[in-house]
Amino acid sequence: MTDRADPSGARERRRLPQINPVWVLLAALIAAIIFMNPGFVEPTGYMNFLKRAAPLAILAAGQVYVITSGGFDLSVGSLITLVVVGSSMLTNNDPAATYWVVPVMLGIGVGVGAINGLIVCFLRVPSLIATLGMMITLNGLAFLWSGGAPRGYLPDTFRFFGRELIRDVPLVRFIPVSVIVLVVVVGLFAWLMHRTNLGRQVHAIGDNPVAARLAGVAVNRVRITAFVLSGLSGAIAGILLGGFAGVSTDVGTGYELQAITAAVLGGAQLLGGRGSVPAAFGGALALTAIFTLLNFLGLPQPVRQVVQGLILIAAVALAMHRRKQTGT
Amino acid sequence: MSIAEDAAPRKPGFRFERWAPLILLVGAFAIYVGIALGTDQAQYLTFDNLIAILGRSIALGITAIGQTFVILVASIDLSVASLISATAVLASVVMDGSPAMILPAILAALVLGAVVGLTNGLVVSGLKVNPLIATLGMSLIIQGCLSAFVSNFAGEVPAAFQVFAYGEIGPFPLALIFLLALAVLAWAVLRFTKFGSDIYAVGGNEEAARFAGIKTGRIVVLSHVICSVCAAIAGLYLASRLRSGAPWIGADGVYDLESIAVVVIGGTVLAGGRGGVWGTMAGMLIFSLIDSVFNIAGVDSFAKQVLRGIIIVAAVAFYAIRSKRIVA
Amino acid sequence: MTPPVIEMKGITKSFPGVRALGDVSFEVRAGEVQALVGENGAGKSTLIKILSGVYHADAGEVRLNGEAVHFSHPVESLHAGIAVIYQEFSLLPERTVAQNLFLGREPRTRFGLIDGARMRAEAREVLSLFAAAGRIDPDRMVGELDVATQQVVEIAKAVSTGARVVVMDEPTAALNEAECEELFTTVDTLRERGVAIIYITHRMREITRLADRVTVLKDGEVAARFDTVPAPEAIVRAMVGRDIADFYAPPATSEEIGEPVLSVRGAGNDRLHDIGLDVRAGEIVGLAGIQGAGRVALAMALFGESPFDRGEVTLNGGTVDFRSPRAAITGGVGLLPGDRKGEGLVLMQSVRDNGMLTSRAFAPLWSSDRRNTRADTTRMDELLDHMEIRAASYDQDIRALSGGNQQKAIVARWLSMRPKLLIFIEPTRGIDVNSKAGIYHLMRDLAREGAGILMISSDLPEVIGAADRVLVMQQGRIVAEFPHGASEQDIMHAATEEREVAA
Repeated sequence: MTDRADPSGARERRRLPQINPVWVLLAALIAAIIFMNPGFVEPTGYMNFLKRAAPLAILAAGQVYVITSGGFDLSVGSLITLVVVGSSMLTNNDPAATYWVVPVMLGIGVGVGAINGLIVCFLRVPSLIATLGMMITLNGLAFLWSGGAPRGYLPDTFRFFGRELIRDVPLVRFIPVSVIVLVVVVGLFAWLMHRTNLGRQVHAIGDNPVAARLAGVAVNRVRITAFVLSGLSGAIAGILLGGFAGVSTDVGTGYELQAITAAVLGGAQLLGGRGSVPAAFGGALALTAIFTLLNFLGLPQPVRQVVQGLILIAAVALAMHRRKQTGT
Repeated sequence: MSIAEDAAPRKPGFRFERWAPLILLVGAFAIYVGIALGTDQAQYLTFDNLIAILGRSIALGITAIGQTFVILVASIDLSVASLISATAVLASVVMDGSPAMILPAILAALVLGAVVGLTNGLVVSGLKVNPLIATLGMSLIIQGCLSAFVSNFAGEVPAAFQVFAYGEIGPFPLALIFLLALAVLAWAVLRFTKFGSDIYAVGGNEEAARFAGIKTGRIVVLSHVICSVCAAIAGLYLASRLRSGAPWIGADGVYDLESIAVVVIGGTVLAGGRGGVWGTMAGMLIFSLIDSVFNIAGVDSFAKQVLRGIIIVAAVAFYAIRSKRIVA
Repeated sequence: MTPPVIEMKGITKSFPGVRALGDVSFEVRAGEVQALVGENGAGKSTLIKILSGVYHADAGEVRLNGEAVHFSHPVESLHAGIAVIYQEFSLLPERTVAQNLFLGREPRTRFGLIDGARMRAEAREVLSLFAAAGRIDPDRMVGELDVATQQVVEIAKAVSTGARVVVMDEPTAALNEAECEELFTTVDTLRERGVAIIYITHRMREITRLADRVTVLKDGEVAARFDTVPAPEAIVRAMVGRDIADFYAPPATSEEIGEPVLSVRGAGNDRLHDIGLDVRAGEIVGLAGIQGAGRVALAMALFGESPFDRGEVTLNGGTVDFRSPRAAITGGVGLLPGDRKGEGLVLMQSVRDNGMLTSRAFAPLWSSDRRNTRADTTRMDELLDHMEIRAASYDQDIRALSGGNQQKAIVARWLSMRPKLLIFIEPTRGIDVNSKAGIYHLMRDLAREGAGILMISSDLPEVIGAADRVLVMQQGRIVAEFPHGASEQDIMHAATEEREVAA
């Protein structure tokens, strides 16, 4: 965090974080987008960008909890798929069903997160394996539920969250509902991470679980909570994606890695101890901006994957390099 | 003095971990026989059928032998599934039905494997990138490149090369004998060469290995090369079996996760330094028996996927649950 | 007189915030045992790590057989014939004795394969130099051997590399009387073979028994050099070099000692047998014993980390049975772990976060991290000020602080919980000498405020100086009790003497 020479700083309550490089990266990418597409400065431009980035940003905010606690959550991508497919099965084209399907989906997210956490804590399976196993299982469940061919569309009441715009807003003309969801969820996750006992303890168990346990931290409870928050973020992202993507069995594919990439871009430390929700949010926007640029350049979809793989490796390599230089 | 320093020496004698793979194998076989008899399908108990069961898991076995090497040095490789797809497609496209191109195609596939393994190894040992992330990133890159070029079955495998998958020597399939030979070779390398001894040292205690003058980085890189070359061979086998390569065959077989699960069931510990190839072979047999049980019992393919995810987690838990270490 | 094999001249080394070594010169000749003595933190280990190439000296030079050498990696010193046997073993528990002995330099056949038969034969030959040879099968897994035998394997490994210089860092820490004797015989054998031995210890008995010459380090400097072994008193004076009465806080007076806070009767688990002890309010009880005697196991049992499975524990008058550290903390027990970095600190978090860790752990997850019923950031800062923790800011990562300041931050963690019983494990390990006195006085202050304190330490002078009463453990039992002022010899004897223990 901060390291001030002024000893009176010790009495100050406020923390002044250094500028995280992710914001510089994001600014540069946005400048590039504006250069290529001046329309981006219009509300339609940036609001649509935020709307597209919303599911990933929410996922990244949840993923940061698990990464900071020392683990990985690779099950969120297939959780998204399950939520989208499951919602279409449950609503069954009935607009009125949305009111109970949405809570059910959030419940599924919480449940999946809790199971991940329980497996890691009590069966002592490393989270990577546990959540990869969960990924396969959930994908299978999505297929099983839909019989392999998901049918129908989600009713408009359900798609409200992902697709609808609130019009006639002063200054910006309109705000997509998904952007409101984004702000609320990221704000809530950021508050929990950086202003509560939970956040401090998530950091502590990721930093040194043995020390945390011997200091009285309820390590399992905190870890399970981190997984639950990640699962919840997956369910929310799924509900948003259901609004603007179609119903298919691969709607969530690849999101887990994008979320990890976003968190790592935001400086979250793999295997725990450091992580920031706002920075992960910045990482998600940066990743979305990169994809937007690739689109402008007319590069085909698979290139996105390659670029993302390179970014993921480069971001971690760079972080390791910086750690070695600062001798920590 | 830490908790660990004060520990009592381990008791010699019966070590559960050493015999667990065999116990599990016997258990899996008993279940298989039980189900076959219970459902009155004794035809599944013939010699030919048992050979056929083995034949179905050859690609998994080859991949898992490679995975054993990286896990022994306390690394991991999650890029094997995409590499299998890539080499299968590459080989099939280079051959394109022409027997004269078989040798160049095999070479091309092996070289691709070696290059990927070299890159993985250098990124892990040189740039100090967490192996999970390094190989997941590599997986994205390979899959992206692959889908940029092909989206369906590509190329054609000449009949002469289909011998690899369909040839027989006496009552035994050629590929099965190949797998056995590969396992013996891997066992000999681990048991009798300095390289093998160094692998155990690096995985067991990297610092001690370095202090003893072992070039630890080189051992990690070489293990990754071996793993990727094995995956390339598995790709060649699958191309031969399917008579053509497709960009989804690796991901469809979940070879990344299953090969890890097979290695772990075989008693090789994820932290490195303990285990071996014969355990991995037992793990492969266990997995193919379980698969056959599903077939006999007529479990639907989606449900099978769900069960697979659960079994993989359960397999790791079987070993992990006895440890007192806190995992994340 | 033979020329020295190793000559170190003017070695200086600083770490952030601490000067570990200042202008230290040191030499050792072939066929002699040079004892390197000093208290914890005097700079012995740093000197050895510079010799072996783990650290680089800021100034000074190392000469091997008269030639200046610069080792940038431990392998280079090993190849040059210097073998260091560290306290933490570098053996692979999952490999056999022979495989460990020849790690990295296995004998090979003509075909380049490992020659297992030759390796075993050579292993037997090397092991035959040691009295323990009969016990050690080269095909046994190292993890199945007891600590003393592992130590023999470690020494045999050094010998088998053909090392001309062998460094032993407190090799008897985990050995009992008979095993010590065996080790001494081994050292004699090495000396006769012309090996130069640097023997690090702070036990007078071993110096008298083994050493040819003695070098005493204190606060990173050479305090004394003896070409013949002097009387133990002379070494102690050079080692401590200050008024002991002032260094340790004064012992508790009889008025200060109150009712028992903790009583244990007939307690045990798989590591501990028939434990009975009392710790009174205002009292510091020292717990001595060799490594593996079960002192940490006892601490972890009291703290609920690896609980007792029989017997009775009374804390402040009520019967308790803690099944987890959380339960123990709720019941009023606090513990400062022995491995500060591995078990005590959350290194990437701030000084204040480390201080507040425990109070936050017992507050609701969803409530503010600034204030809870036991602590708030303002009070924590005051507490940290009061303990004179030196940090640029309490927002600073704790890893940048010196060991002493880190230890105080962990103490601060417990102060807000007001524990009735505090367990300190190796409270001054790796802490510079000046900060040690601060920790001792802090412990005494806590005792005066009514806490009972149990202190585990491998540093006997520390146990004797800081504790009001000393309990000695051996093989999971408490075997002796000494009042304040007992002699080092008596305690060592009680800790290591062979006894018939019913299984």
